[in-house]
Amino acid sequence: MATNKIYVFKRFERFWHWSQAMLIIFMLVTGFEVHGSYSLFGFGKAVDLHTISAWMLIGLWVFAIFWHFTTGEWKQYIPTTEKMMAMIQFYSVGIFKGAQHPFRPTTLKKHNPLQRLAYLGVLLLIGPLLWLTGWFYLFYGDWQAWGVDSFLSLEWVAFFHTAGAFMMLTFLIAHVYLTTTGHTPTSHIKAMLTGWEEVD
Amino acid sequence: MLSGKIVLLSALVNCAMLTMMSAFAAPAQSDAMSAATPLTRQKSASTADHSKFKELNQAFKTGPEVTVACLICHTEAAKQVQHTKHWTWESVDPKTGQKRGKKNIINNYCTSPVSNEKDCMACHAGYGWQDSSFDFTIEKNVDCLVCHDTTATYRKLPGDAGHPIYERREFPPKSGKFVDPADLKKIAQNIGKPSRSNCGSCHFFGAGANGAKHGDLDSSLQHPNKYLDVHMDEKGLNFDCTTCHATSSHEVSGSRYNMAAATKGPAHIRGNPDSSPAACQSCHGNKPHPQHMTKLNQHTAKIACQTCHIPEYARNDIGTELSWDWSQATRMGEDGKPFVRKDSAGRRAFDSKKGEWVWDSYVIPEYRWLNGVSTYTVIGDKIDPGKTVQINEVGGSPDDPDSRIWPTKVHRGKQPYDTVNNTLTVQHTAGEDDTALWHNYDWQKAIRAGMKAANLPYSGNFDFVSTELTWPVTHMVAPKEDALSCAQCHSKNGRLKDIQGVYMPSRDANKLLDTAGWALALLTLIGVLIHAGIRILTSKKAG
Repeated sequence: MATNKIYVFKRFERFWHWSQAMLIIFMLVTGFEVHGSYSLFGFGKAVDLHTISAWMLIGLWVFAIFWHFTTGEWKQYIPTTEKMMAMIQFYSVGIFKGAQHPFRPTTLKKHNPLQRLAYLGVLLLIGPLLWLTGWFYLFYGDWQAWGVDSFLSLEWVAFFHTAGAFMMLTFLIAHVYLTTTGHTPTSHIKAMLTGWEEVD
Repeated sequence: MLSGKIVLLSALVNCAMLTMMSAFAAPAQSDAMSAATPLTRQKSASTADHSKFKELNQAFKTGPEVTVACLICHTEAAKQVQHTKHWTWESVDPKTGQKRGKKNIINNYCTSPVSNEKDCMACHAGYGWQDSSFDFTIEKNVDCLVCHDTTATYRKLPGDAGHPIYERREFPPKSGKFVDPADLKKIAQNIGKPSRSNCGSCHFFGAGANGAKHGDLDSSLQHPNKYLDVHMDEKGLNFDCTTCHATSSHEVSGSRYNMAAATKGPAHIRGNPDSSPAACQSCHGNKPHPQHMTKLNQHTAKIACQTCHIPEYARNDIGTELSWDWSQATRMGEDGKPFVRKDSAGRRAFDSKKGEWVWDSYVIPEYRWLNGVSTYTVIGDKIDPGKTVQINEVGGSPDDPDSRIWPTKVHRGKQPYDTVNNTLTVQHTAGEDDTALWHNYDWQKAIRAGMKAANLPYSGNFDFVSTELTWPVTHMVAPKEDALSCAQCHSKNGRLKDIQGVYMPSRDANKLLDTAGWALALLTLIGVLIHAGIRILTSKKAG
């Protein structure tokens, strides 16, 4: 099989991805400690670290959103049904038979249709759920001043924040595994590190 | 309203009862208030040198004579005092109209001063209250000296109805120790603002023993270090009681009876008439922590400062009483004679006169929602003997914006009640007469005499009922290093594990969500592992 390389991930995109990955993993670790699932840093320290990470992630998102819109890269997440069934078939059957990957990334279409859908879900559902509830969680003391204390309860804000965290954790597990399903088990990871993806 | 404000006073011993007064009299005034105390204070800032007043240059024979001299210049002073709880021993709840105060309640320490006035009134800021006929309008019976003496030589002993001693006397009786009468002229010529020893002479010794009653007030506050009290630290801020309990027209601010449970807004500026100057917030505001600790500032919406900053009360070896079981009183030793027993720390544990006590030091408070309204079981109120009787029912709830989570001392007791009328009984305990419990060890006679003095019906049948008294803890504020850490409450079995109505991260979680969430993550993990396994197996076959 001939190996070609194409440049899919630009420098900022890679920086965004990996710093976001580290922050999200760290926030899962500290967040579930705040939630009471285990003891690691100690409650107070975990809250501080979780809060600092949250502000860093917000900062990162400001840049990332700006980047996506100025470069037009946001279009990468528009859902499509094209090759969707082929992808599902590949993951459930073809991959075990050594079938060829039905999707060939290009600079303009770097994500396969399932990736598009999953990342859109992260960006439009899990992410906003987490930061919206997180924001209210963080500014609990200002609810009264904002006039939201009459209909918000910390219990439910915490509930949805935790629900978002479980979804993010689930995404993370699946996402990490699916990085091994490229041309070679490491080609997706290499691409995310160097920007160059090996393709068939 | 006026009488409603004095907190300290409220403490004024429910029962400055007798022998305990020995504790009161002795350590407080002899060691603690030895000559050293006044010297550590600043020189008086007063513009008047009272030793130069001819009115005071006379050989006073009695307390009231001194008061008459004081009132020549301080014409309104007695009238002012007569409006305060220090004089009336009564406090009216501005919200419910209920009359509380020592005069009206029966607590589970010494129970009630009624019929025991001669002894209890050693802690009354007046002279001559020995029964219900006391005239509260006579100005010369106001005791100026007990609060204004700076010589630490003014002493009032049980049995004298609030008078200082005028003749040399053996005290405690049969102890071989003698107390000399105070030099009233010298005391009058050296009066000043109330110091810690003045307030402490009663408030440190409530219930008849050092620290017994409050737990956050005892003689260790005479010379406290920073660990014990960050504000009163003798080598640091060196606050007096009145630094916080700012006083105007003899009305002392800060009252347990009408406490400010939820204080809001920034620190006060001078002259602000609102709220209680004795509250933490009046100096610190309700956002007392620096900017980078915003999370802590947010806690003030639900939690009293005291909850974190008084991690334990009775933080010394003096300790405090956690329970008083009157049902053990009148029990005699094997020889049939009354006896006393001390605990391993030398604190009273049993006395045939009074019953059994349990003490502790470094006590972890019990936490409650408080809104500052306390409804008392007052003399004559019906009780339900089937339940633990609440001496005071503390108000407060998580939904009430004026409630905060407070640390409290809960004092548990067993005390007599009338089994037919279902009322707590007033008993005549102190005195040398035939009906006094501590003289004759006869409950029946003591209750009969007490109920008669209180003008209450008594069926002749009594038994003992369990009672609880709940008080906010507010003194002995620890340095910030010793404040509670987050996890002491934010954990599954933390300090606030029984507090309802508030979601606390780490303590609370939705179990269903947790189960579903971890199951989802785990199934995903198993799923990808199986997927990976099949891939590895099939690729080997293919290879």
